[in-house]
Amino acid sequence: MSKLITIDGNTIPFEEGQTIMEAATAAGVYIPHLCHHPEFTPHGSCKLCTVKVNGRTCSACTFPAVDGQDVLNNTQELTDDRRLITQMLFVEGNHFCPSCEKTGNCQLQAVAYHLNMLDNHFPLFYPNRELDASHAEVMIDHNRCIFCTLCVRASQQKDGKDVFAISGRGLNKHLIVNAQSGLLKDTDIEATDQAAHICPTGAILIKRTAYQVPIGERIYDHQQIDQVSLASENSQHDK
Amino acid sequence: MYEHLETAKNTENLKRVVVDPVSRVEGHGKVTLLLDADNKVRQARLHIVEFRGFERFIQGRPYWELPVLVQRLCGICPVSHHLAAAKAIDQLVGIDPENLPVSADKLRRLLHFGQVLQSHALHFFHLSSPDLLFGFESDISKRSVIAVLSEYPDLGVQGVKLRKYGQEVIRMVSGKRIHGTCAIPGGVNKSLSKAERDYLLEDIDQMIEWSAASVALIKKVHCSNLPYYDDFGTIRTNYLGLTKPDGALELYHGGIRAKDADGKMIMDNVDYCQYNDYIHEEVRSWTYMKFPYLLSMGKENGWYRVGPLARVNNCDYINTPLAEAARVEFKAHSNEAMVHSTLAFHWARLIETLHCAESIKTLLHDPDIMGHDLVAQGEKRYEGVGVIEAPRGTLFHHYQVDENDIVTKANLIVSTTSNNMAMNESVRQVAAEYLSGRELTEPLLNNLEVAIRAYDPCLSCATHAMGKMPLQLELIDAEGNLIDKLVKHSSGQIERPNNA
Repeated sequence: MSKLITIDGNTIPFEEGQTIMEAATAAGVYIPHLCHHPEFTPHGSCKLCTVKVNGRTCSACTFPAVDGQDVLNNTQELTDDRRLITQMLFVEGNHFCPSCEKTGNCQLQAVAYHLNMLDNHFPLFYPNRELDASHAEVMIDHNRCIFCTLCVRASQQKDGKDVFAISGRGLNKHLIVNAQSGLLKDTDIEATDQAAHICPTGAILIKRTAYQVPIGERIYDHQQIDQVSLASENSQHDK
Repeated sequence: MYEHLETAKNTENLKRVVVDPVSRVEGHGKVTLLLDADNKVRQARLHIVEFRGFERFIQGRPYWELPVLVQRLCGICPVSHHLAAAKAIDQLVGIDPENLPVSADKLRRLLHFGQVLQSHALHFFHLSSPDLLFGFESDISKRSVIAVLSEYPDLGVQGVKLRKYGQEVIRMVSGKRIHGTCAIPGGVNKSLSKAERDYLLEDIDQMIEWSAASVALIKKVHCSNLPYYDDFGTIRTNYLGLTKPDGALELYHGGIRAKDADGKMIMDNVDYCQYNDYIHEEVRSWTYMKFPYLLSMGKENGWYRVGPLARVNNCDYINTPLAEAARVEFKAHSNEAMVHSTLAFHWARLIETLHCAESIKTLLHDPDIMGHDLVAQGEKRYEGVGVIEAPRGTLFHHYQVDENDIVTKANLIVSTTSNNMAMNESVRQVAAEYLSGRELTEPLLNNLEVAIRAYDPCLSCATHAMGKMPLQLELIDAEGNLIDKLVKHSSGQIERPNNA
């Protein structure tokens, strides 16, 4: 007999060992997230997937599902909190969607639309961050990094390399690469690595591919991130 | 001509009149007049008071961002910036215009015709027609497109729909009416589907008819107000723009042609990549807009006009039949001489509108716009120059990149910048000939705006004289006495004048 939790009053089954995020995704319930990816170890850092479990706040991507849990996900309070978190992500970096080549394919932008984020709310930090275009095929625009560590995990767990890491704390936190020079060209990253494709924003990009997909055919042109996310993550889960 | 009115010899005891902002133009500018006790104009200037700085902040960005990034310069003719940048970055991937795939070339041209059509329609119907239909000094309540829609509803609606059609062309090709994506290095990212092509074909004959009617209208307005229309704001100038190698009107790609005020050729079919050998820019202290001039003729005499009047004046013919017939009539008006009337900008602009509508129809019947060979690639280069005839005139984009594909240097000469001297001269002509000595009233001041508006300036595009403009900082106490003064010269040197 399968075990059950409720999310927003709806009963859903789960398998032993699943997180709330995994159980929800399998049941077709979208919980907003940026640092979570079904192929990699959960990280629990972006906090967008914050839910209330039996009245307690926790990250759905790291919290195990336990029989009888009462989970709140799609509430006004949580949506408001998630919008504030997203606004903070926007103001901490330099996210200029109008000229960013990731626009229309960007998870950060899509989550912001999903949460009905209409402005930045907070003052912009305008951090002075570098762009590393030293590699022949792959580029890092540090202005757009949200420290989700997906590239770190993809490089280690999928590519069998160790190209990326997060260094520093608090406001000084930044993405670094595994090279004495600090430049991407001196790492062993290749354009075919999953780490080069997994960035949910426009921070890590394949060079010379911008705007090749016309407006109308981009990932989020016709579907919101909840539909896209559930479809792609369930198909990955089925593989 | 009227240059003596740029700076008054002695500004003491002169009365200052300001028109701020200049309305029904793109961007933000103001006009200042200095008048003496008899209301004689002693100084007249068009100042561009907004500041953009695109040339600087695109440095450090990868070159493939440029067409999408720089089109944000403007919401009226973003396609022009998009395509000028695209032509430049084609060269960075080793593609010269003749090597661009045929379908990509024609789709870009279609996009550009849509752009020029909508921009010209916007300018004539929404911004300028109130002046032309109701009179330059009409009541302020008449000076808007709303009054046009209420008193000439058919004409007003035609203008709105003509513009909308141009925007729909842009949407079909680039995905959005404003700030879409189309051009990528060496080509375009999509062709037209049959459904998209058929959708645009539905209304094109109507657009040609309305464009032809608007040419007839402006001709009637112009010719029924002679000699006023031939004189108002009129200055004798040089003209510059692109033409095809055979001298035909060209908006997307050609060589630079310049003629002097008598119609004598100054240069013809010059490769625009060499523009820097022919055109320089001067900075003046009182405006954010630069003053370009032809190097061979010097700062004093080398300034020129660009835009519809320059293009129709400069070309030998137009390759679409209705627009060519309209051009022949236009030139007959001046007995084949160069047309210097500033208000004839409107007439030339509508001839071009008709040309765009006809050209869109031709392209829509061309199967190449539905082709699939859309991108070409060659050997990487480190420098690219893209020049295009934007609605407001010749637009130059020039970029240099490093070995990592990052932009290291950018220079933009925006159409309106080229008309800077001419607009100032026209303002001074109107101030001297029509305002000087009269008691200034609000409707009378609209005359100055009418002269500026004829150029269809885009002031927001054209302002980027950063770092070269001398700055003056004055500290003044509550009684209005000057306490301290610092001057930063264009060289960067900072000075505290002794008399401060």
